[in-house]
Amino acid sequence: MTETWNDAAYRLFKAQGVQQVAYVPDGGLKSLINDLIADNDIETVPVTTEEEAIALSAGAWLGGQRAVVMMQSSGVGNTINAIASITMTCRFPLVMIVTMRGDYGEANPWQIPMGQATPKVLEDIGMKVIPVETVADAQDALAAGMTMAYESSAPVAILVSQRLIGAKPFRSDPPFGQGAA
Amino acid sequence: MSELILDRRAVLSRILQDRDGALIVTGLGSPVWDLSSLDERPENFHLWAGMGLACVTGLGLALAQPDKRVWVVTGDGEMLMGVGSFATIATKAPRNLSIMVLDNEHYVETGMQATHTGQGVDLAGMAAAAGFARTLTVREDGDVETLATALKEGGFPLFATVKVKADSLPKKLSPRDGVHIKNRFRIALLGEDEAMNLG
Repeated sequence: MTETWNDAAYRLFKAQGVQQVAYVPDGGLKSLINDLIADNDIETVPVTTEEEAIALSAGAWLGGQRAVVMMQSSGVGNTINAIASITMTCRFPLVMIVTMRGDYGEANPWQIPMGQATPKVLEDIGMKVIPVETVADAQDALAAGMTMAYESSAPVAILVSQRLIGAKPFRSDPPFGQGAA
Repeated sequence: MSELILDRRAVLSRILQDRDGALIVTGLGSPVWDLSSLDERPENFHLWAGMGLACVTGLGLALAQPDKRVWVVTGDGEMLMGVGSFATIATKAPRNLSIMVLDNEHYVETGMQATHTGQGVDLAGMAAAAGFARTLTVREDGDVETLATALKEGGFPLFATVKVKADSLPKKLSPRDGVHIKNRFRIALLGEDEAMNLG
């Protein structure tokens, strides 16, 4: 059986020595979150709003640990001041995995504007944005992004498209994406 | 509401007598000036921005350094912006994290506007409801000794609201370059080889 992008993320977190993962859950992260919770060597930290994850990642680095933050694109707006004010000013590493809404096959119109704005606002505050549309993309982007962050203190956002994770189905809308049920 | 009688720097000065290597994260505004005036050293990480995020920065540090005591010193306005973090911290329940809010019931930096805490909002009560192991409210000199003991004996995570006079005191600025503050902290804690990735 071929590796899913969630499996690839977990494998690369372990290879890179990630010890804290902060997240607001999303459907596209389900199996990854379950694997992380089951791993006693990684602290999983569910946060109440996405900006907390950015600060947690900074605190982990102050203490000598590598962190990853994960969220849905609708939560990216909550992180902007935290990233600009803390991550950028202090040049903290940041690995941010964003599962997209509103970018491909979205059936909820309330998700479209933030989904469309997500890569632009992240680029506006100076983040390296890496779009991911296939499992192979994800494997490359996660390895490259973590190296840039942990070795070069770069802030990296990996945006995982609905082409890969699938669009959330409403009523009888047809599923989109390689990950759709 | 009760009268505010404690002097913020007198309280912090007393607490710092028992610092004994504690790592301290300060939230933006007066707490930065307080700590930099009383005990500036590399093991202080000062947030000059990122309002509402001092406590969770402290949580990440506390989880990474379970054998070190981590103190967060912040203000009531800063804490009000991050009360969701009470849930996050109580859930992780770190046994080395203490949060002290120097609560003067005002936004001093922006012109002394009233905060919610002078109008009945009880931060320690909110932290208790979230599940902090120990919460206390410090109003007078005797309570300061209770806080000093609690910082040593717990339970943890500990949350203390310290009601202090709304004074704008003389500032001694901490360093303000974020990269410098980060690197000096990591070098002091981790040593230069690990902190600067020289392996």
